[in-house]
Amino acid sequence: MIAFILRRVFQSVLVLLIVGLVAFAMFSFVGDPVENMLGQERTQADVDRLREQMGLDQPIVVQYWTFLGNAFQGNFGLSYRQGREVSQIIAERLPATLELAFVSGVFAMLFGIGFGVFTAIRRNGIGSNVIMTLSLVGVSLPTFLIGILLIWVFSVELDMLPSFGRGDTVDLGWWTTGFLTQSGLKALILPSITLGLYQMTLIMRLVRSEMLEVLRQDYIRFARARGLREKSVNFRHALKNTLVPVITVTGLQLGSIIAFAIITETVFQWPGVGLLFINAIQFVDIPVMAAYLMLISVMFVGINLIVDLLYFAIDPRLRVDGTKGH
Amino acid sequence: MKKTMLMATAMSLVLGASASAETLKWARAGDALTLDPHAQNEGVTIAVMHQMMEPLILRAPDGNLQAALATEWSVSPDNPEVWNFKLREGVTFHDGADFTAEDVVFSFERALSEESDMKGIISSVASVEAVNDYEVNIITNGPNPILPATLPNIFVIDKGWAEVNNVVDVQDVEGGEETFASQNVNGTGPYKLVSRENDVKTVMTINEDYWGKDEFPMEFTDIKFTPIQNQATRMAALLSGEVDFIQDVPVQDLERIKTTDGKKVLTAPQNRVIFFGLNLSDELLGGNVDGKNPLTDVKVRQAMNMAINREAIQQVVMRGQSQPAGMIAPPFVQGWTEELDSYPEWDVAAAKALMEEAGYGDGFSITLNCPNDRYINDEAICQATVGMLAQIGVTVNLEALPKAQHFPLVNGLESDFYMLGWGIPSYDSEYIFNFLYHTKGELFGTWNGTRYSNAKIDEMTQAIAQEVDLEKRDAMVAEMWQIVKDDVVYLPIHHQVLNWAMDGKVGAAMDSDDQVKVKYFTVD
Repeated sequence: MIAFILRRVFQSVLVLLIVGLVAFAMFSFVGDPVENMLGQERTQADVDRLREQMGLDQPIVVQYWTFLGNAFQGNFGLSYRQGREVSQIIAERLPATLELAFVSGVFAMLFGIGFGVFTAIRRNGIGSNVIMTLSLVGVSLPTFLIGILLIWVFSVELDMLPSFGRGDTVDLGWWTTGFLTQSGLKALILPSITLGLYQMTLIMRLVRSEMLEVLRQDYIRFARARGLREKSVNFRHALKNTLVPVITVTGLQLGSIIAFAIITETVFQWPGVGLLFINAIQFVDIPVMAAYLMLISVMFVGINLIVDLLYFAIDPRLRVDGTKGH
Repeated sequence: MKKTMLMATAMSLVLGASASAETLKWARAGDALTLDPHAQNEGVTIAVMHQMMEPLILRAPDGNLQAALATEWSVSPDNPEVWNFKLREGVTFHDGADFTAEDVVFSFERALSEESDMKGIISSVASVEAVNDYEVNIITNGPNPILPATLPNIFVIDKGWAEVNNVVDVQDVEGGEETFASQNVNGTGPYKLVSRENDVKTVMTINEDYWGKDEFPMEFTDIKFTPIQNQATRMAALLSGEVDFIQDVPVQDLERIKTTDGKKVLTAPQNRVIFFGLNLSDELLGGNVDGKNPLTDVKVRQAMNMAINREAIQQVVMRGQSQPAGMIAPPFVQGWTEELDSYPEWDVAAAKALMEEAGYGDGFSITLNCPNDRYINDEAICQATVGMLAQIGVTVNLEALPKAQHFPLVNGLESDFYMLGWGIPSYDSEYIFNFLYHTKGELFGTWNGTRYSNAKIDEMTQAIAQEVDLEKRDAMVAEMWQIVKDDVVYLPIHHQVLNWAMDGKVGAAMDSDDQVKVKYFTVD
């Protein structure tokens, strides 16, 4: 067990280092931050001075090494764009993204499972066909278009929900939340649907096909033959057995919900880390880009590690192998 | 009589409006980068700061210079290198501290320090001295007849406040520390900072002790500024009434706003000219021409200038939202004339004949570098140009890049043919010659990517900077414009047009610099 964990942790660190190096190699193609940092009246001397100060005249490997050294001490530097500490900016922005990801994850799970079961049970009903067709639309339309459509319908035409921002938030010291105010909750609705729609259709289709598979099994037939109520058969016996793969997929999708939030956040001017990253790219704000990419890769690597460990805990066969050694 | 009546009406309007609280909900694409007045010379940053801080002299929305913290200014009769400013008395900062000459001296020294981003605008200033509490002298390096025009974005902050909060120095991004001044303000402006969340919102409220409270409308009591990056979302926010005033309005949505009940659009010429620069050195970097650079032949440049159909760009690419240009100066800039701003008629046959004459009847190929996130429809203008130049045999390969990659190409002299836009904060031609036409060097010609070098222009550029005889100066400027026009150094395309969209209740005072000064706004 410990050997397994150590091996995985070692692999994870390696992945992080490589992500960092690739990111730094890419930054030189994004452009020159100095152009954005100095006004129109700057002289060549100003440009050279700033480049030297920021270490931009150094080779990429040296810049990366300096970044790693500082990051190791918890210092991600100052944002070129805002002149504030990167770690503080990210800490300010992260709650917005996590709350959005959480709500859209819950939305995707609830509706995904609900619709999945419904379309599996009423396989040929009109309702099922409508849902299945609409879900195709949900998968094939790009996120920004869905977001803009929702804004158009619910903000501009119906005037029901806000088109941008997080509404009023409550500051809990280390966390700002939109869950405690009415405007905060209202502001969550459209972005969560936009972000969660793709995951919802994914879960729905997964649940549906798993359900169809399970419903054909003998034990379901026996349950029916025993005269158990339909509800009990569908939800107690069938659904439970479809959930194992669903939970696995959802867990893995959690990371991508956070990473895909970039587009949703841009459309809804949601003040999370995704919007921060987009702004950083436009400004060539290297410290912010580097810290964000590291954060996202830590998250992905972490989630995968946890999933692996969960398998280890759930599946007895793996455990037996582990204790026996190779 | 008429005047007093007007005054009375104005007064009653002011009094009537101040009774009820009105919030201006204002949105544009970007947020201010900092609140440190000397750290960033960037449009949005300066626009936000104008509500809370003031310069000695303000540029009013109509483009004229107006007394702000200085009430009078003049060149010293004994020494043309000394400008004397009488300061406004009885002004207080937001924290109650008195505004005096030492704050002006301090602020200018701060703006001139090495870390300051504003030092380029006032590079002619050698030093600032306090004469007494309400009078300062600004001493320039050589006479500077247009000094007042360079001051409208140099804000004054309180010396005592800066010392107490340890922000005497301008923030240095690499210094490793966040400073108090980047998030807090203590100015003398018409609005005070209430709260600020970077990239989310900045809330301001009226400064009841403002010296000009009775002179300006100041009908909005509060301002809530929100950046909304996505243009469709920004539009939606305006249409749904969540914001009442937006800048950076997408040109394709103007009609829609105009036809929506209760919304309106204001349009004004913008202080920005879009043009193409050409490599005038002996050799091209790319393309299919060996040896001599065809662009060095003025006939080729004239032909290209003639082949660009500016009216088509205006109508098709810009949907009418531009004014074709013949010079790199908008009409309100000192030195502009209608004649200089005229452009050659679009004539493909004549252009072809010129190419033939120059010996390039078969044309040549060249790469056009174009930004894709800087000016209105920048990439589309370039695409249109590619098609137009193809008609005279010039094969153009378009390379469109984000501005952070485009500008280094221009400044590193790595482009043969590029797009650039130029705004003139001083409203004077000298600024244009200084940056765009003077031979490229350490201090002058810093944005001249053409390699154009004309000793006469260089000499005159430096001469007009110090010429105090304004009539003589105007004559020199006219001569210089004629020289560069005859040389076809750049191919001017158009003057950008600015659009602001708003709710019917907002009486906005439009401004060619796309800056917003809410103190001039009214509630209709």
